[in-house]
Amino acid sequence: MSAEAIVEARGVGKSYDGGVEALKDVSLALPRGKLSTLLGPSGCGKTTLLKIIAGLIPPSRGEVWVKGKKVDGPGPERAFVFQDFALLPWANVLRNVAFGLELRGTPKEQRDEIARRQIAEVGLSSFESSYPHQLSGGMRQRVGLARALAVDADIILMDEPFSSVDEQTRRKFQEELLDLLRHKEKTVIFVTHSIEEAAYLSDQIVLLSPRPGAVSRIIHPNIERSGRNPDEIRRDKNYLDAVDEIWQILKQYVA
Amino acid sequence: MERKNLIATRRAWQLISFVFFFGLWELAGRWPISLAFPPFSTTVLALLRMTADGSLLKAYLSTLQPLVIGIVLCGIAGIGFGIGMGLSRSIEWFSLPIFIILQAAPMAAIIPLITYIYGIGLASKVLAVVVLAAPVIVMNSYKGIRNTNPSLIQMCRAFLGTRRQEVIKIILPHAGALIFAGLRLGLAMGFIGIVIAELMITPTGIGDLITYHSSVADYPEMFAAIASIIVLAALTIHALERLERKLFPPEVRGS
Repeated sequence: MSAEAIVEARGVGKSYDGGVEALKDVSLALPRGKLSTLLGPSGCGKTTLLKIIAGLIPPSRGEVWVKGKKVDGPGPERAFVFQDFALLPWANVLRNVAFGLELRGTPKEQRDEIARRQIAEVGLSSFESSYPHQLSGGMRQRVGLARALAVDADIILMDEPFSSVDEQTRRKFQEELLDLLRHKEKTVIFVTHSIEEAAYLSDQIVLLSPRPGAVSRIIHPNIERSGRNPDEIRRDKNYLDAVDEIWQILKQYVA
Repeated sequence: MERKNLIATRRAWQLISFVFFFGLWELAGRWPISLAFPPFSTTVLALLRMTADGSLLKAYLSTLQPLVIGIVLCGIAGIGFGIGMGLSRSIEWFSLPIFIILQAAPMAAIIPLITYIYGIGLASKVLAVVVLAAPVIVMNSYKGIRNTNPSLIQMCRAFLGTRRQEVIKIILPHAGALIFAGLRLGLAMGFIGIVIAELMITPTGIGDLITYHSSVADYPEMFAAIASIIVLAALTIHALERLERKLFPPEVRGS
């Protein structure tokens, strides 16, 4: 792994009121321009770690550095994709996608133009004036992704983005995500509990152990993706090895 | 076609319901169950007479004035206060117990007290409306603010929204429907307040019509006055309910 780290966690710990320890001494380096996955069973604190990186939750101990600066809140170089989509139900797709820019004070014409381009990229062009309740789960998450892309952040943080969409949509979405990111210099940090999803998407997989969450292993699947179709990737030896290796580690956490 | 049929059937049943109710009233009046209980037809004739001689109009001008003033006052101060309670912990802790008690208390009981303090003028009638309408208006506004989807607030923060933007672009639009519903319920309480005030405090307006005609044993006129205020209140509240559904359709409310 030659790429420099864009996100670094140093001794991050998180305890909640009442003494529940969610994370313990997590130190990590996430490389620029790569897709890293935080993978672990439920209750391992992976979403907490992602939200600490996002600056949405303050860590109890340790610190997070992003692009050489210590995190003390959300920043323009990070954009978040939410598990429950977090779309404004009273706003149409166009306004939802442009919402990050709206908050930043970008003039309406300019932000709508950027939003239209992102909506086209996620394949929702004919739905610009639809409302979230008129869209399927998969389409809503595309809106969430387009909103994150519209603010042009270097780092996209995705919190189990496909967990509330059905399996077919999920696979299609994974392929599109890889496609979309191939042409962009984005760093993606992705939280999931799906082993296949992690192995399929990631350049680097961080395995977390549960209660309290701590780094258990870091795996680099090293799958050759360019020029290959999804089915070839899913039959790749490195892909299958990665899935197996992860399972060998994770199964000891399953009670 | 199917839908049209359904609507026609519904209309028919609703019409039958009215005919049945008024028919029973007519029968009961003609029986008669009491000399003080006029049949429906006589009451309608009395209503027409009172409309023609202008006494009904005069009464309503005097009744609606304090009602409108009271509801507007509650609308401005009550909604403002409820929003304040929803946004600020200190205001919430300070005032929540008061409003919980006010909402549970039979407020009509303190209306005679108002007379002691404010006499029998317009101020007393306005106060009677305010006392009954304010708790539900304040509580609804407060709950509307408090029920904001936390995920949307987190989204706003992740995309660098300020607290001000969070309030204006997320919390208030989210609370709009509940606040409006509070106004509607407040108006319903206001109708009760104004009638009690006019029966107990100041013999003016519609309350005076009821008392006067009852004292001279003009029972059809008395029932006409009672029926007219019921119909007015029911129609107003129903119209507001329709407006509410138009302004805040359930699917874009977002709760």
